[in-house]
Amino acid sequence: MAELNLVEAINRALAWEMAHDEAVVLLGEDIGVNGGVFRATVGLQERFGEDRVIDTPLAETAIAGTAIGMAAMGLKPVAEIQFSGFIYPTLDHLVNHAARLRNRTRGRLACPLVLRSPCGGGIHAPEHHSESPEAMFTNVPGLRVVVPSSPGRAYGLLLAAMRDPDPVVFLEPTRLYRLFRQEVADDGEALPLDVCFTLRAGSDVTLVSWGAMLHETLAAADQLAAEGVMAEVIDVATLKPLDLTTILESVARTGRCVIVHEAARTGGFGAEIAAGLAEHGLYTLLAPVRRVTGYDIVMPLARLEMQYLPSVERIVAAVRQTLEAS
Amino acid sequence: MATVARFEVEFTRYLEPDGTAHEPLPEFARDPDRLIPLYRAMQLTRAFDTKAIALQRTGKLGTFASALGQEAIGVGVASAMRIEDVFLPSYRDHAAQFVRGVTLAESLLYWGGDERGSAFAGPRDDFPICVPIATQVCHAAGAAYAFKLRAEARVAVCVLGDGATSKGDFYEAMNFAALWQAPLVMVVNNNQWAISVPRTRQSAARTLAQKAIAAGIEGRQVDGNDIVAVHDAAARAIEKARDGGGPTLIEALTYRLGDHTTADDATRYRDAAAVEEQWAFEPIARLRNHLLARDAWSREREEQLLHEIGAEIDAAVEHYLATPLPTTEAMFEHLHARLPAALAAQRAEALAFAPAQGGDHG
Ligand SMILES: Cc1ncc(C[n+]2csc(CCOP(=O)(O)OP(=O)(O)O)c2C)c(N)n1
Ligand SMILES: [Mg+2]
Repeated sequence: MAELNLVEAINRALAWEMAHDEAVVLLGEDIGVNGGVFRATVGLQERFGEDRVIDTPLAETAIAGTAIGMAAMGLKPVAEIQFSGFIYPTLDHLVNHAARLRNRTRGRLACPLVLRSPCGGGIHAPEHHSESPEAMFTNVPGLRVVVPSSPGRAYGLLLAAMRDPDPVVFLEPTRLYRLFRQEVADDGEALPLDVCFTLRAGSDVTLVSWGAMLHETLAAADQLAAEGVMAEVIDVATLKPLDLTTILESVARTGRCVIVHEAARTGGFGAEIAAGLAEHGLYTLLAPVRRVTGYDIVMPLARLEMQYLPSVERIVAAVRQTLEAS
Repeated sequence: MATVARFEVEFTRYLEPDGTAHEPLPEFARDPDRLIPLYRAMQLTRAFDTKAIALQRTGKLGTFASALGQEAIGVGVASAMRIEDVFLPSYRDHAAQFVRGVTLAESLLYWGGDERGSAFAGPRDDFPICVPIATQVCHAAGAAYAFKLRAEARVAVCVLGDGATSKGDFYEAMNFAALWQAPLVMVVNNNQWAISVPRTRQSAARTLAQKAIAAGIEGRQVDGNDIVAVHDAAARAIEKARDGGGPTLIEALTYRLGDHTTADDATRYRDAAAVEEQWAFEPIARLRNHLLARDAWSREREEQLLHEIGAEIDAAVEHYLATPLPTTEAMFEHLHARLPAALAAQRAEALAFAPAQGGDHG
């Protein structure tokens, strides 16, 4: 076992799958000699060659579009979009083609591709480098959407994404790339791509989050525990398809739910979870569901970004509100 | 079989790397007094870059993209524009922005993570820095269309990188502008690198200028380290556009002497010796040698200039560092013309949780 940070875990998962499945190819900007701007693909071109680790010209539309052609013809492309702010040109190909090739051909052609991209803020990055676009993708039928929150889950979920027969959008929280290390067994074991992970058990309130925000959410749970409030913490991990069952079961025990995400509130994925609770868990609730999210504003530049990002303080305050409600 | 079309791409250079001139020089360059402001602007940019990198290294500025070695492009192009023209910059175009009247302090604010850095007091219609590669070319074509529709004698000018010429936005915008015969000038800063991807791996085409030919417009190449050639080509293209002659693509050949940005380490992917060799071609020494050979410059004037520039930069840095942090409300202020009622509650929430001292320093 090795102590890995999240970006190293991504690198190991890519290397494992490339070594064990010749169909896997990587493509993207600066992923070869440079090893990716975050070093997620470092050493892979050296090891697997320029034909399987492709430094592309600067063109996101073609990165996504050529990956579809490759995938339909039996390769398993893993495309990297350098920052999620530059993912938007891929939407045409993802929405109109990747997500529906199987359906359009009644199963004759498939599109087993993975589109990886860093996401999220909090690293004082330049403009357009701190986006949280996950909900745009969860709204697209046919796509799976994954956001890992730890090195171990990044490793196992990325392996699962590469082995999935359908397209997966895999968003990696930039802030977590090097935030902490964890023992990860580089054994090729994938994690399931359709379950939530309960990170901490508790009886008073259920905190639901994903990606980098789990860091604040777990810190809030610690702070609440010191006050005698036991929070259960769930990492959604795979947003789509959503494992609502795990969340419903937890809320059935705690009666309270606070959802935390970095993306803007309106139409954010928290709304989907809240709707699921309203539809299937309303009578187990002791208090209204609360969301702690980014505001409905453009992600501010560095000087104000920490005021945009949900803080431990905001999460704790929302939990208190649910406790005061009944 | 018949040849139905044949094309050529011209390359222009007036100043050799050692400053020797090919006569006859274009009209403007015959008067050294017209070259000296260009020299000053290039030196200002270089000193600004040095300062900005130092600020970034000491945690006082965010990620920064220097223009080291490429100063002649921004200065040559912007000095060929009229103030009423519109400039659409990429993130490496502060040389041009300064000539256009954007202040050094505004530029620092932007790179320091403050939106007010794009609220230029000077060129009111110039676009903010464009980060999503090549998208500005589309906006430039649209701006040029607006000028044409209203019969205004204005030109839209944008700069893009060699990497940017691989994007559909570039081809699509060029095609539109060509069909519209819109007053647009596109300048490619071909600095040979798009982060780690060398020009040879960006396109199989012999030149980037020839991409214009497919769109049916003029494409030409200039030595981008020769400010005389850059300014002259830009001035001709801009005036042609103003006179209804349609768009032009100018490929300016230069070299990125520094890292891609302060977040990059170019030693990972390119040979330091190859970079060293490129210093023999850089634009500032070239123009200085030319001016010296014409007895239009001296060591004293050089010292005086660098001193002046240093003071100008110090004042800008002081102003930048003394600028109060933006308020929490500022995040909500300019999202819409008027704050929707639904957002007011979120603003109240943000204010309730705001740290007493405002935002967070760069
Ligand atoms: C659409 C898009 N994709 C990726 C990036 C990340 N990125 C920033 S600069 C850059 C390279 C640009 O190279 P080039 O166009 O040659 O301009 P240069 O930086 O050399 O001036 C890349 C890939 C981006 N800003 N926008
Ligand atoms: Mg370049």
